[in-house]
Amino acid sequence: MGKTVELNTPITTEELMKLEIGDKVLITGTIYTARDAAHKRLVALLAEGKELPFNPKGAVIYYVGPAPAPPGKAIGSAGPTTSYRMDPYAPALMDAGLKAMIGKGPRGKSVVESMVKNKAVYLAAIGGAAVVVASAIKKAEVIAYEDLGPEAVRKLEVVKFPCILANDIHGNDIFQEGVKQYKKD
Amino acid sequence: MRDIHINEIIPAIKKLCIDANYYIGEDVLTKIREYREIEESPTACEVLDIMLANYEMAAKEKMPSCQDTGIAVVFVEIGQDAHIVGGDFYEAINEGVRQGYKDGYLRKSMVSDPIIDRKNTTDNTPALIYTDIVPGDKLSLTVAPKGGGSENMSEVRMMKAADGIEGVIDFVVERIRKSGGNPCPPVVIGVGLGGNFEQSALLAKKSLLKPLDYINPDSKFAEVEKIILEKVNKLGIGPQGLGGNTTAFRVHILSKPCHIASMPVAVNVQCHAARHKSVVI
Repeated sequence: MGKTVELNTPITTEELMKLEIGDKVLITGTIYTARDAAHKRLVALLAEGKELPFNPKGAVIYYVGPAPAPPGKAIGSAGPTTSYRMDPYAPALMDAGLKAMIGKGPRGKSVVESMVKNKAVYLAAIGGAAVVVASAIKKAEVIAYEDLGPEAVRKLEVVKFPCILANDIHGNDIFQEGVKQYKKD
Repeated sequence: MRDIHINEIIPAIKKLCIDANYYIGEDVLTKIREYREIEESPTACEVLDIMLANYEMAAKEKMPSCQDTGIAVVFVEIGQDAHIVGGDFYEAINEGVRQGYKDGYLRKSMVSDPIIDRKNTTDNTPALIYTDIVPGDKLSLTVAPKGGGSENMSEVRMMKAADGIEGVIDFVVERIRKSGGNPCPPVVIGVGLGGNFEQSALLAKKSLLKPLDYINPDSKFAEVEKIILEKVNKLGIGPQGLGGNTTAFRVHILSKPCHIASMPVAVNVQCHAARHKSVVI
């Protein structure tokens, strides 16, 4: 396990320069949710030169479709979804200023290259640890695409949202390095 | 002949949907603790600790342990001397799913058509229902909510007899290697051998209902399960694909007779939650 680093949003390149894969990262501030259905619409807006429902500069997108909030809770269970489904859309968002993505599972080559080019990072949240993650989310509000239900874009206020740095701005990838380190035979 | 009213079936299905999502099986918790002891990667140990803490929190706070509360896969064994009364049996199951996913604050993850509209059905129906007729007058219901992330890593392959057991082992191990961190490892691997195209997939799915400490009564397959598990845990994938020795908890094999020309093999990948709950009415 690497060092523990706290990050506040919006995120700057300077803060990302000190991060290494395996670092435990705790995010505090505002982050936005989007899955593949929302990404398709966001990238279509960018292609048309229109504004996104949130400012992408220094932004963090969390790949999640939360469960409904039970009474008295800000949000229901809210663990990460599998990230490769967002690979076709992620580079366009990074070109627009996106600085961090949170999800689970490895990213494709074009996304890793775009992270190096745009000095952005990818963070792994723990898939299935949806109640632990939900406890770091203090407020949730749908800001776009309500018709998508669990896939709508939400604005989340988070405090010490726990994740692990999976891809840094230098092209290192924990999904490759970790496997190499522990592979046997 | 024994009458079973749908008014008994609806609340039973509702409760199974909620319980399967809130309360993770003791067999899963035991496996996480066992593998935590022998895991070499510090990151993997931390991930396994968070998984355990999450399952405890989910049960305590009565929340689904994962936001992907799955497709409601329902396995039914209906005794040939039982008689369902009061309404449509499959509609009763769907009503139970509807109530469970609404009142349990579970996510609704079904879209009405897979490619054109992909519009959410908003109540997590339709359930996927598999019915077997068995001796007796009881009704056995099992709900196994299945998440999309692990299901997407599953595969059916029509192999040749000449591929042999080595071919089967290689296919399964390669399937898990290619899946990497996507299916939320540590996974449970369901393998369906034989039957035909669709039966092999159903066998793989059904094998996932067995407890993780289940001993395969066929010692030949028990040995193959062990070989696959050892090979998979040498891949280095680890919990969440971040590197480590704990890639899978268990391999289950179910087999059936097949055609002289065929050797169907299905791999159904299951995330670490391995959710399923059953009741007998």
